[in-house]
Amino acid sequence: MFDTLLQNLINAMQWGSFYSLIALGYTLVYGVLLLINFAHGDIVMVGSYIAFFVATLFLGHYDLFPVALPGPLVLALTVPLTMILTALVGVTLERIAYRPLRRKGAHRLYVVITALMCGLILENGNLALLGASRKKFPELVDKVIYTAGGVSVTNLKIAVILTAVLVFVGLHLIVTKTRMGMAMRAISYDKFAVPLMGIPIDTVIVFTFVLGSSMAGLAGILFALSYPILDPYMGLSIGWKAFIAAVVGGIGDIRGAFAGGFILGFVEIMVVAFFPSTYRDLFAFTILLIILTLRPTGLFGVPKTTKV
Amino acid sequence: MKMRTLATFLILAVVLTTVPAAAKDNTIRIGFNIPLTGEIPKVGEASKFAAEMLKREINGAGGLQVGDQRYPLEFIYEDNESKAESAVAVAQKLIDRNKVLAIIGPNSSKQAVPAGEICDINETPMISPWSTNPDTTRDRPWVFRAAFLDPFQGPVAVDFAMAQFGAKTAAVLYALANDYSKGLAEIFRDDFETKNGSGTVLAFESYGDKDQDFSAQLTRIIAAKPDFIFLPNNYNEVALAVKQAHDLGWKGPFMGSDAWGSAELMNLCGDDCKGHYFSTHYAAAGATGATREFIDRYRKTYGYVPDDVAALTWDAVRLVLAAIQNHGSLTGKVRNDRTAIRDALAGIPEFDGVTGKMRFNDQGDPIKCAVVVRISDTGEFVFTKSVCP
Repeated sequence: MFDTLLQNLINAMQWGSFYSLIALGYTLVYGVLLLINFAHGDIVMVGSYIAFFVATLFLGHYDLFPVALPGPLVLALTVPLTMILTALVGVTLERIAYRPLRRKGAHRLYVVITALMCGLILENGNLALLGASRKKFPELVDKVIYTAGGVSVTNLKIAVILTAVLVFVGLHLIVTKTRMGMAMRAISYDKFAVPLMGIPIDTVIVFTFVLGSSMAGLAGILFALSYPILDPYMGLSIGWKAFIAAVVGGIGDIRGAFAGGFILGFVEIMVVAFFPSTYRDLFAFTILLIILTLRPTGLFGVPKTTKV
Repeated sequence: MKMRTLATFLILAVVLTTVPAAAKDNTIRIGFNIPLTGEIPKVGEASKFAAEMLKREINGAGGLQVGDQRYPLEFIYEDNESKAESAVAVAQKLIDRNKVLAIIGPNSSKQAVPAGEICDINETPMISPWSTNPDTTRDRPWVFRAAFLDPFQGPVAVDFAMAQFGAKTAAVLYALANDYSKGLAEIFRDDFETKNGSGTVLAFESYGDKDQDFSAQLTRIIAAKPDFIFLPNNYNEVALAVKQAHDLGWKGPFMGSDAWGSAELMNLCGDDCKGHYFSTHYAAAGATGATREFIDRYRKTYGYVPDDVAALTWDAVRLVLAAIQNHGSLTGKVRNDRTAIRDALAGIPEFDGVTGKMRFNDQGDPIKCAVVVRISDTGEFVFTKSVCP
């Protein structure tokens, strides 16, 4: 019984890590722009596919790069390259889809709808370009299973959990301790006054998208390593759920996204551990609904007052 | 000017939509309601490839000989995106717009059950190559299938596991939103518990649509220490579940069902699936006769060994063509021909397909054998046992 509980705790930590990583991306963009970037789940999917192509390139699957490098080295190359390329995708979206609308002073609602459409474009573009057949992500590092009593952990799971924690700490430091972070918070506080102070608002927004999308890229790699079957719709359900996690944590707050992701992970896993798995989503989302009813702004959110 | 363009467009639209219907040509038009995208694209691809191969063969010989006339075949492939609602829309479109004589597909029960309803109401013969859920054909005189049924497949898996693994206990992980998976899981549980006493299915766990993480369910299953795990799931989910179970320390056997049998299973699952067993419609490794010939031709054309869906589609299309030939004539009036084909299908005495001999019972279900295959170390599906009703 105790073994099972411990095992489920580890399962929840790993699953929650993914929610956290993705929720952090939602919350960063929301924090700065008050925009719910619904394409974020699909950017994670794009991250997984980029990681797939980068990894198979260095494994020598294409003529372009005929030498097969060893797995760990490939991973070391895949992580930064994927993060950079995914960040480019995120910035491109901002540039061609969100910025023109912002320039024209469109209502936030229209930008959110645009984000939804961008997500659909990414999914279906992938479907059209690469076909419907799934991709198998290669195993880059040898899997090691550590077993103690009835509890099993793989090296990958530990890496996922550590990454999520490190990313959270890193982002938190960036937002609270750097000048750029201060600018981000300032825009979130009052986006009309900030340009008057001489802060280049577009640079800050691009920076935010770089941060959020590179984290999506990182989540994409880890997700592809843990669940190595890629399809164009893989980001859909986890993206929506991570958004819910961000809201439960208090969207706009980095601690909230981190905590919210883990809470959702724990709730989902623990419901299955103690109740019939058929009721998982029913119970899990009822619990989240109760949390939101008690704290409508989320765990770390602060209610906004509108001055008349 | 504007009015004229509009009028031209309207006329064009009317002409375009009515031409295929009005064409009194001598083609036999058959529709395919298959998943070319979505959950299980490889299944749709296999169906399409098998059908194309058959069409080329028959059209190459000048068409299908019916009575004293030769009719060329025209196959219309429509994508149901592996969704129930799209399958219904596709069935309706094939019936109303394309005026097909018969429909092949959908393949999974999730789409075949609702699409069967549409075909039955609209009095159009439908054969599902791969659907094994009883509801697809139940009380639907116009709907047939080429595969065996889950009430037959479930006990095959139970008996095999009891004999092969000496299993006294079992655990099941199934997909809640999938009619096929849920139906088969329940049949399996009931049969296993009848044979081994109630409570011997130690864990009966499910997961939702598009889930990728099954760790909590598998932890629960592994903690119950069953003799084996039954996974009646689609090949993509199988690959994830088997891998995650190994990560959680499971070393015992898995037993699968016919949804494992896709040509893509080994690409996705790799070493993790080797050595496990599943029940299916035919075994490609070690086949003889017409089955061997079919496999060789398919492999030569498309570069891989055809999976069960390809073989069943081949049989399903040939069943329709055999029915047309048995009837002996076509009137060119879609409604009459559909009725004639349905009656001829129901009356086929015995059909010798690449997936074995079969004939239809009064529900439109074939009476045929199942095989259990083992996934060898080279990733081939090797024949282990054949079970006949």
